[in-house]
Amino acid sequence: MFNENLPIYIQIMNLIKRRIVKGEIRRGDKLPSVRDLSTELKVNPNTIQRSYHELERENLVFTQRGMGTYVTEDENIIKELKQSMASSLVNSFIQDMRSLGFDLEEIVSIIDEKMREGK
Amino acid sequence: MTNIIEIKGLSKTYFTKKALNNVSLAIEKGKVVGILGPNGSGKTTLIKILTGILRPTKGEVYIDGNKPGVITKSIVSYLPDRNFLYDWMKIQDAINFFKDFYQDFDENKAYGLLEFMKLDRDMKINSLSKGMKEKLNLTLVLSRNAKVYILDEPIAGVDPVARDQILDAIINNYNEESTMLITTHLVRDMENIFDEVVFLKEGEVYLQGNAEVLREERNMKIDDLYKEIFGE
Repeated sequence: MFNENLPIYIQIMNLIKRRIVKGEIRRGDKLPSVRDLSTELKVNPNTIQRSYHELERENLVFTQRGMGTYVTEDENIIKELKQSMASSLVNSFIQDMRSLGFDLEEIVSIIDEKMREGK
Repeated sequence: MTNIIEIKGLSKTYFTKKALNNVSLAIEKGKVVGILGPNGSGKTTLIKILTGILRPTKGEVYIDGNKPGVITKSIVSYLPDRNFLYDWMKIQDAINFFKDFYQDFDENKAYGLLEFMKLDRDMKINSLSKGMKEKLNLTLVLSRNAKVYILDEPIAGVDPVARDQILDAIINNYNEESTMLITTHLVRDMENIFDEVVFLKEGEVYLQGNAEVLREERNMKIDDLYKEIFGE
């Protein structure tokens, strides 16, 4: 499951972020224990610990001593996360399109067309 | 951080063939370390020196401050790269054998692991498949409350289901007080459980480091790095 050439702890952070944004894990929810997630993903517990630590530094989760790690209660932080994940997806899309030689107008019209088709 | 294993300038020569050449390593307590290299790179020689089976030609080895010998054998739990149990035994006999041999053997842990591995204590050793034997051997080795676990090719030649069970058992058994040294050439299957990796090439340490740092620096998986170092 870890195929990108990124450190595993970042891939695990991204996995948890996605789960939060999709609402699979909601604000205030407890994250799986380090040991459980380590078994689920077959990854060294120290790596999971590092992911949790970094998520805590980004204020997405907080640790209660002896209780576990919980998703933030702050809705704004989750909204921000959603925004930033959306904009990084869009940015990389725009960059890719530009490198193929499309200008902004063309990109917008392609998206517009696709969205209409989808409806 | 304290080093549980220290290796300084270690060389091993079999007659004229150099198996290890000036290997120096320091391994911290609580780490899972992968010793990576193809067949003949010196992995098993290194492990046999650490477990006191072979003597170094040159250099020094310390485990928890002691040279390999009687004292270190009581704190090192070793999984050899081949079956070490007698064919006439049943699984229960093998457990009793380990219980007699090692003070730190935890019988309850062994029964728990047997269940996890879906092995029955009435099974006879000579009726076990290769994967089952590997699972049994690992059960015995992990059931010791050792400071150092040395696992030589723990997943070589087993099917994917057994491989996953073995990986789970290794991960579940991990704790901060013990150190694990694992040799493998099946890097893709195991790389996610390593804190540190050591690449052994023709008896020398070619590269070593924190697995995550190497992924970040080289922008590739450890498996790809392995292929780059040793060729396809």
